[in-house]
Amino acid sequence: MSTVVDDIHHEEHHDHKPSGITRWLFTTNHKDIGSLYLWFSLIMFFIGGAMAMVIRAELFQPGLQLVEPNFFNQMTTVHGLIMVFGAVMPAFTGLANWMIPMMIGAPDMALPRMNNWSFWILPFGFAILLSSLFLEGGGPNFGWTFYAPLSTTYSNDSTALFVFSMHILGISSIMGAINVIVTIMNMRAPGMNYMKMPLFVWTWLITAFLLIAVMPVLAGAVTMVLTDKYFGTSFFDAAGGGDPVMFQHIFWFFGHPEVYIMILPSFGIISAIIPAFTRKRLFGYASMVYATASIAILSFLVWAHHMFTTGMPVFAELFFMYCTMLIAVPTGVKVFNWVATMWRGAMTFETPMLFALAFVILFTIGGFSGLMLAITPVDFQYHDTYFVVAHFHYVLVTGAVFSIMAAAYYWLPKWTGHMYDETLAKLHFWTSLISVNVLFFPMHFAGLAGMPRRIPDYSVQFADVNQITSIGGFAFGLSQLIFLWLAIKCVRGGEKAAAKPWEGAEGLEWTVPSPAPYHTFEKPPKVE
Amino acid sequence: MSDSQQRANNATIVKRLLLTVAGMFAFGFALVPLYDVFCEVTGFNGRTKNEAVAAVHQEVDTSRTVTVQFITRNAKGIPWKFEPSVKQVKVHPGEVRVVNFLAGNPTGGDMVAQAIPSVAPAEASLYLNKVECFCFNQQPLAAGDDTEMPMQFYLDPEIPAHITTLTLSYTLYDMTADATAETLAQLQSSE
Repeated sequence: MSTVVDDIHHEEHHDHKPSGITRWLFTTNHKDIGSLYLWFSLIMFFIGGAMAMVIRAELFQPGLQLVEPNFFNQMTTVHGLIMVFGAVMPAFTGLANWMIPMMIGAPDMALPRMNNWSFWILPFGFAILLSSLFLEGGGPNFGWTFYAPLSTTYSNDSTALFVFSMHILGISSIMGAINVIVTIMNMRAPGMNYMKMPLFVWTWLITAFLLIAVMPVLAGAVTMVLTDKYFGTSFFDAAGGGDPVMFQHIFWFFGHPEVYIMILPSFGIISAIIPAFTRKRLFGYASMVYATASIAILSFLVWAHHMFTTGMPVFAELFFMYCTMLIAVPTGVKVFNWVATMWRGAMTFETPMLFALAFVILFTIGGFSGLMLAITPVDFQYHDTYFVVAHFHYVLVTGAVFSIMAAAYYWLPKWTGHMYDETLAKLHFWTSLISVNVLFFPMHFAGLAGMPRRIPDYSVQFADVNQITSIGGFAFGLSQLIFLWLAIKCVRGGEKAAAKPWEGAEGLEWTVPSPAPYHTFEKPPKVE
Repeated sequence: MSDSQQRANNATIVKRLLLTVAGMFAFGFALVPLYDVFCEVTGFNGRTKNEAVAAVHQEVDTSRTVTVQFITRNAKGIPWKFEPSVKQVKVHPGEVRVVNFLAGNPTGGDMVAQAIPSVAPAEASLYLNKVECFCFNQQPLAAGDDTEMPMQFYLDPEIPAHITTLTLSYTLYDMTADATAETLAQLQSSE
């Protein structure tokens, strides 16, 4: 044991790391695995984005132009699956891997080998899912929500591949979540008690518990679809005593906490960035923690607001409506805390802050359209229209994705040791901000006017609004290439970054040099 | 904390979390029977009781009239003729009524079907009592045969006042491949 310790001491100066492809295949280092997750999610973001481009190209004009309806359905389905399970969730897991050990003063994640495994099964899961698109009959075409009987009675032969890929992604997320929980509960530096943890760590801890609670339910739901389709069970088949509506209950019992899984870590990121560029402490730290926990608990009591039109009793509709509206309270606490943090702060507007500010405003718009959807009587009009599409893209793109962009800009100097190109970054921000609103804002109007979602053709009165939306979509897609260029440029070189490149930044990650050495906090730091 | 102590602590937490994962996976499947019980108790989702209720003699509430509508539809892949003899009846709560449903098998082969009921509004399903219903059993029909299937029901006088109309819908499924031995025996004796 002592020789190992000596080795590490020797190597601190050279920052030795293994080289070649095996470094990445066999790595158990949290920083390497974090980078793998982040690059993987960026690749998936572009693959899922390419599918969105196909969707927007088809919808540029009314009538069927470019693709078959069946292929269009596969595009909407796989776009959703890739963005949820391939882009947003792995990006957050990547950020967790990179930052949580450094933020709590731990040398690595608690279970490094499992960490390697949980990343490396992901490419296989997505290879299975994407390969199904090239099979006869095509890939999954029943929407990312895979409602029965679309996914059972009426689905094509590749459904088994969809099910197995979901199993793999689920296992990967569960392993990632277990790792995060054990790391946070067991590996904190002395003095780092729970109420001193950065909010990113807190929000991820709560997210990880949500993952543990609901990913197994998703695994159960896809397994039931599998046995219904291939082995003659009747979980969702009324002829055999089952019930297709039950599918929706099981799915959304997973699905609603899932949408908070994709936003809670964002709250942590924004709670780190706004104080840093406001040069003030975060307003209401404890209330932020309690608000996050309340959102997580409430997320288990609102699933049926996705199902108002299935013919629920009025009592149930009211219950789910009020519970859903209740979530606006802790979410409002967060938004007001961020605004109060900025109040009379010495604000500067570097790119991470710009993305964080855009997040606060645009995520709030997404929250408000969510409140509109929560109102049962009007949901009957909005249900399954583009209004819903506008709502969840505001919370997922200008919410989750913008926060991931903000995080990338904030921590890129720490990861690469170089400052990113601020001019390019500003260009990326402004093009993204304008195009994303041109893309998603008109969808509200299309939806209110009654345009249904997931349909490759539409009535001619929606032609103008769809053309604008598509132009916004292409512009947003192209803008993201700027980020790819910028990220590669930043990894390869640039102005040397200081250990703490942001004047107002707080936290242990800024006490280590930039780029962060391969091994950090071998000896736990002192936390006051 | 020493290295080995750390490992032991990690292992404890991992074990608990894995148990939670297994528990939640089981819970996903437990939702299936729980959902059935929940629907039966609350009438959620408009399922009717799948068993006969004895026709207890009770007060007929002549002060109220409820319209009961009948809808039939065929699931995918069953070309039977299937319709109610009347589109709707007006009944007083407590009054026992019989409505016949007509079924015909126009195909060249013997078939077995089963009708699955659903009630809207779902709340009303708690108060719709069936004394006799073809939907309790599988229905065999030889090639080219027709039949009349009776359904005898009454509404519970406790039915809430705001329910003035309820719709009973039947979806007919092809069960030829999953016919019970009893049904097959009926089919043979009819030939």
